[in-house]
Amino acid sequence: MALIECNNTTFGYSGEIVLRDINFELKGGEYLCIVGENGAGKSTLIKGLLKLITPIEGKVLFGDGLDANEIGYLPQQTMIQKNFPASVIEVVMSGCINRMGLRPWYSKNDKRIAREKLSLMGMAEYEKRCYQELSGGQQQRVLLARALCAAKKVLLLDEPVSGLDPVATAELYDLIKTINEKMDMTIIMVSHDIHAAMEYATHILHLSHTQLFFGSKGEYISSKAGKDFISVGESSHLYG
Amino acid sequence: MTNIIVELFSYDFLIRAMIVGALISLCASLLGVNLVLKRYSMIGDGLSHVGFGAMAVASALNMAPLAVAVPVCVIAAFLLLRLSENSVIKGDAAIAMVSSGALAIGVMVVSMTTGMNTDIYNYMFGSILALDVTDTIFCVILSVMVIIMYIFFYNRIFTVTFDETFAKATGTRTGTYNMILAILTAVTVVLGMRMMGALLISSLIIFPGMISMRICKTYKKVIVVSAIISVVCFFTGMIVSYVFAAPTGASIVVVNLVVFLISGIVKLVSR
Repeated sequence: MALIECNNTTFGYSGEIVLRDINFELKGGEYLCIVGENGAGKSTLIKGLLKLITPIEGKVLFGDGLDANEIGYLPQQTMIQKNFPASVIEVVMSGCINRMGLRPWYSKNDKRIAREKLSLMGMAEYEKRCYQELSGGQQQRVLLARALCAAKKVLLLDEPVSGLDPVATAELYDLIKTINEKMDMTIIMVSHDIHAAMEYATHILHLSHTQLFFGSKGEYISSKAGKDFISVGESSHLYG
Repeated sequence: MTNIIVELFSYDFLIRAMIVGALISLCASLLGVNLVLKRYSMIGDGLSHVGFGAMAVASALNMAPLAVAVPVCVIAAFLLLRLSENSVIKGDAAIAMVSSGALAIGVMVVSMTTGMNTDIYNYMFGSILALDVTDTIFCVILSVMVIIMYIFFYNRIFTVTFDETFAKATGTRTGTYNMILAILTAVTVVLGMRMMGALLISSLIIFPGMISMRICKTYKKVIVVSAIISVVCFFTGMIVSYVFAAPTGASIVVVNLVVFLISGIVKLVSR
């Protein structure tokens, strides 16, 4: 059974349709890139997958005992966070919030998990440092560690490299690849970067208010939607 | 100096003022950090105007002011949060409308009934020295409840303040915690009005958090230091007000302001 599945699902806000007829399924260990232009409905789909909005039509189905709040989510950073007085470990610990139940405080186990994820991200020695003093790439690693604390099987990343320099971007992509392969974590990544998508993803979902393409990376390259989008990406890459 | 402190503690009404004031300062400073970080600073100010309106109406109807103002402010806090989430009316506009509306109603009721008397003056500028035993007990119980609730929800309040989207995605009922924060703020504002007055209460909420955020880098430290600063500034303000026979609320704000300026200079120099 697929881990996440959409069957003719339509999403929108207060009755207004943003994204219609979405059909895809994702199995454990796959790496899906959601591509499309601004306003194509990528954020809406993410909210739908996280069950922050309910579909207007159809359903988002989870298999394999997955629950919506067990998806590790890496949202785009807000201004508030960039100047937030918090230590790295405080931020990572907050990823354990969904396993607290009725307890008011974190357990020793929560703390151990947080430390473990932080060192997986290569940030162990930054535990006591102030979050707002870290570089953009380091901040993303901390937020990735937080997402891993919350995640059982799936990580959902919303444009994780936006605002990062090329070196930090490459490092973060490699890190995500490692998480995908070594930890057998299913990845869903929203990205503007079609080249990264083509390099790292196993599957592509191309949106433009509806679904233009879903399938494996190999099929995408030879599809019409893929050819058009990749060539646009290339020309903007050359001249941009 | 020691003489003054001994003198301060030799009057019953001053001891009551000290206990209540310290507890309220503590509540205000804890919540203040979150309100400032969430860009909700003005909610405290807006709620104090609502509190003023409610107290004016209560005094015109001969009802207990606190018993009326607490529920009214809690409802107002609820409405303000709902309005802020509503994209049609922007958050700051909503606060401005609710607060000036409530103030206007209060002034109308006052002018048609009792006129500007000492009670009304006290609601505006505070009257911590006029607390009777019933008020003291009421204030102590409520502020202790606020502190316990805050400690109990500490981790969840942090998560919701730091990243509401993430908290929501991982199954935290963010609406509920925003509401808890608003209710705790409403209760604190109303209690604080007795001490600081409607016009000065928001400074008690904002200053300690702002000062503490200049000095500290982790959330826990910010909270703890903010609480300490708030209580210390309160006691200093009380002493200043006693020695110079100045209004208590204003003295506390001035002490906070001085500490804020000093922290700014220290930060500049230490760079």
